[in-house]
Amino acid sequence: MADLISLDFILLVIAGWLFLGCCGLFVIKRTGFVTQFLFPLGAVLGVILGIIGLVSSFDSPQYAVLPLGLPNLPFHLRLDALSSYFLLVLGLVSTGVSIFSAGYFKSSGGSTPGLLCFEYHLCLASMALILISDDAYVFMLAWETMSLTATLLVMTNSRSAEARRAGFLYLLISHVGALALLLCFGLLQANTGDYTFSNMRHQNLDLMWASIAFFLALFGFGAKAGILPLHIWLPEAHPAAPSPISALLSAFVLKTGIYGVLRVTFDLLHIQVWWWGVATLALGLATALFGVVLSTVQTDMKRLLAYSSVENIGLMFVGIGLTILFRAYHMDVLSALSLTATLYHVAGHGAFKSLLFLGTGAVMHATGERSLAHLGGLMRYMPRTAWVILLGALAAAGLPPLSGFVAEWLLLQSFLFTPELPNSFLNMLIPIVAAVIALVGALAGYVMVKFFGIIFLGQPHEAKLYYASDADHWELFGFSWLVLACLLLGLLPVQMVSLLGQVTHLLVGHNISSTIAHNGWLMLAPVSEARASYMPITFVLMLAACCTLAYLLVRRLYHGRFKRSAPWGCGYPFLNARMQDTAEGFGQPIREIFGVFFRMTRELPTAFDKAPHYKVEIEDPFWGLIYRPIAAITERVARIVGMLQQGRISVYLLYSFMTLMILLMVVTR
Amino acid sequence: MISYSGYFSQLLEIVVALASAPLLTGWVNVCRAWLQNKSAPSILMPYRTLHKLFNKDSILANDASPLFRMVPYIVFGCMTLACSIIPTLSTDLPLSPAADTIALVGLLALARVFISLAAMDIGTAFGSMGARREMFVGFMAEPALLMVMFSSSLITQSTSLTGIVENLVHRELAIYPNLAFAGVAFTMVSFAENARIPVDNPATHLELTMIHEALILEYSGRHLALIEWAASMKLFAYSCIGIALFFPWGIAQASNPLALILSIPILTLKLGIGGALLALIEMFSAKMRIFRVPEFLATAFLLAVIGMLVHFLLGA
Repeated sequence: MADLISLDFILLVIAGWLFLGCCGLFVIKRTGFVTQFLFPLGAVLGVILGIIGLVSSFDSPQYAVLPLGLPNLPFHLRLDALSSYFLLVLGLVSTGVSIFSAGYFKSSGGSTPGLLCFEYHLCLASMALILISDDAYVFMLAWETMSLTATLLVMTNSRSAEARRAGFLYLLISHVGALALLLCFGLLQANTGDYTFSNMRHQNLDLMWASIAFFLALFGFGAKAGILPLHIWLPEAHPAAPSPISALLSAFVLKTGIYGVLRVTFDLLHIQVWWWGVATLALGLATALFGVVLSTVQTDMKRLLAYSSVENIGLMFVGIGLTILFRAYHMDVLSALSLTATLYHVAGHGAFKSLLFLGTGAVMHATGERSLAHLGGLMRYMPRTAWVILLGALAAAGLPPLSGFVAEWLLLQSFLFTPELPNSFLNMLIPIVAAVIALVGALAGYVMVKFFGIIFLGQPHEAKLYYASDADHWELFGFSWLVLACLLLGLLPVQMVSLLGQVTHLLVGHNISSTIAHNGWLMLAPVSEARASYMPITFVLMLAACCTLAYLLVRRLYHGRFKRSAPWGCGYPFLNARMQDTAEGFGQPIREIFGVFFRMTRELPTAFDKAPHYKVEIEDPFWGLIYRPIAAITERVARIVGMLQQGRISVYLLYSFMTLMILLMVVTR
Repeated sequence: MISYSGYFSQLLEIVVALASAPLLTGWVNVCRAWLQNKSAPSILMPYRTLHKLFNKDSILANDASPLFRMVPYIVFGCMTLACSIIPTLSTDLPLSPAADTIALVGLLALARVFISLAAMDIGTAFGSMGARREMFVGFMAEPALLMVMFSSSLITQSTSLTGIVENLVHRELAIYPNLAFAGVAFTMVSFAENARIPVDNPATHLELTMIHEALILEYSGRHLALIEWAASMKLFAYSCIGIALFFPWGIAQASNPLALILSIPILTLKLGIGGALLALIEMFSAKMRIFRVPEFLATAFLLAVIGMLVHFLLGA
């Protein structure tokens, strides 16, 4: 029984979260109690979950069967390295978000705090249950609970039509995805009638059925993660939800999709085929490029971050695709390397994206504005938030020495080691893919400069911003937790990679951590030092030393005098805030270059207009390409079916009678 | 493991980079003046400008945030670190394992992001326009530079710059077709990144086409001096990356410490030729309209990618 101790603790944490949620229901309107007591307690449970995840990564898999649920359908649970790692990320992210929520929900409209607390903790508990479930039944149960609670959380502000619409869209797409998952599990159990994952692991599906199962899983989990063209709910749901909820959605709900794909592809299916990898790679690449390009032209700060999440999910799928490709050719070191990059990105993105979303929450609290066109200059009024968000933005831009860079570095390394693939067509594909990845990385930098620069730098676009107040202590505490995560993930990649070694060992049968540990704890060298190495701590120390020395020497040899004066205005005395670049202006070059990526309607004023009016609207092209046609078809079918419904009871009786007749004819024949 | 000679060559490299970067800028200016039949300024002119600027008071805009005052030091630090990672004189560098080519490109991008943010800080039209254009040039130049470096990594099986140099020097002299493509792409990228003529004009102020000058318009005094110095170090760093990737012969190695003495004149010679060529190309080209810059950079990017494809096609 001693083996089971981590799994038991995780069940206790889940129960604790459920308990906190139920407590919320009893004190439904007492804002103070809910925010100052229940949310911080939830954060403590998050820390505990993270620690258990960390510790149990190194243990062998643990199993448990809980006699809950329907008769003869007990809950099968299993805790292995993959679940431990995702539990660690869940604990890490949820702690930051819960602490921040303690400050954020003190004053915000929408659902009553108790209800919110219930939905939030239920969502956390269901996500933890997804990660430890070991049969399709409990998996789908937890999966649906997560979808439903997430929908309710998105619709917190249910009085706005935008939030209701976003919630509906999210629910619709997750259910289409869930349908695919049901079919996928149905295939995986291969007519045995036994839906436990341990049974699925032992089935040897033939290539066709395995492929169908794989693509169903890709579709179903992709709908949750937001791959093209199922990403459509992200830019709607993220802006509509309260910021901590957007943070949780982006930082972890999307990652459950990644977890699912990894679980099905590398654990439940026994083969991996190269063209699955190519398909996933292509899909991921398209998602990443599309996401980042759309993100540069957004004018709503949360929508911008939502598209940036689409980009990051795309990069993770690129990593998964590469892993499948290498795995299909039995190149264990490389598949372990690209899987490590993917998993690293899961944690890195979780940390910096939740930080950025929480930052938008602090900005919205202070100003009530979400549109970039009305913000600006907040660094002067919210300095602490600004510095924190700057760190998050640098990590999101994939710049050294922060967390985003390590994942990108590992991913690019796995591309560079590719040339040994036995298929020359694939070998040719690799440089093109690497080039697109580099382009996506550079564009992410563009996005983040736009995001930070327009919100925090320059002159405030509106007078009310002068009264913006900085984040409160709960919010700052939440920020610091996530900043710490970003820094540690950026500076201690060796420790992190050796943790991931357990997961890669489980999934692709190889562990690169021994090669890495060989070079000491400072140096990240996945294959050998001569091939590639990166030492973030040395890097950052040297950079700091160079900057400090430059500062001290300039002060010592010259002076530190300065004067204040008005900025230079080319002799024009009436400079104002409307003369600086807007969010639209900042996106303009990208709009010109990547015009094919979106549908743009633009109204330009002419020289003779009495009231000149300029308007640009950018729409996701997938609405026009896929969703509107589907909606139109559905509506038309509904109208045809609707003709049957006359609303008169006599007609309905006629229908029943006719159905009965037909059935009788079938039976008696 | 690492000998004292390694630390010595590391220190020497940083000192040489700091000291001779303005000289390279001066040399390019002299060459350009000669080619344009003007009387040339002294080659030491950049030093005098730096000294003058350091002595002046710095004037800050009323609303400048602490970020604005920190950025010159950060950019300067980034460029110093970049110059100490690139094997300019020797490959026996203790700092070289700290960052490979990808981290080097990341470091240059870090400097670019910071200087763009500083330009947006005051909220003037020129500053934010410059920031937008700088990021716009950067987002295409950065992947192109990365692809150029990957072309060399594919030949040498290493992404560390010292690894690339050591490997290339020991090969027999052969022309690698992918390096030819990469070389053209690298030249184009370097012109764009260092604000040279087809993309930007370092000699003018206050044109609607400017990029680099618009970025640093609000800087003065010691801050401007640091940024100008960092800009010349950037030119130095790019030249040295070019030398390391395409003409690595003459860079000293750990096995032969005496070569370090010889490497300084060799580097001077190479940089002298490189600077003269830079001035010559600038002479013969005209400043592009800003809307044509994407085409220029996209060409560079595609050439670099074709270079990598050629490597696989020929199976080199």
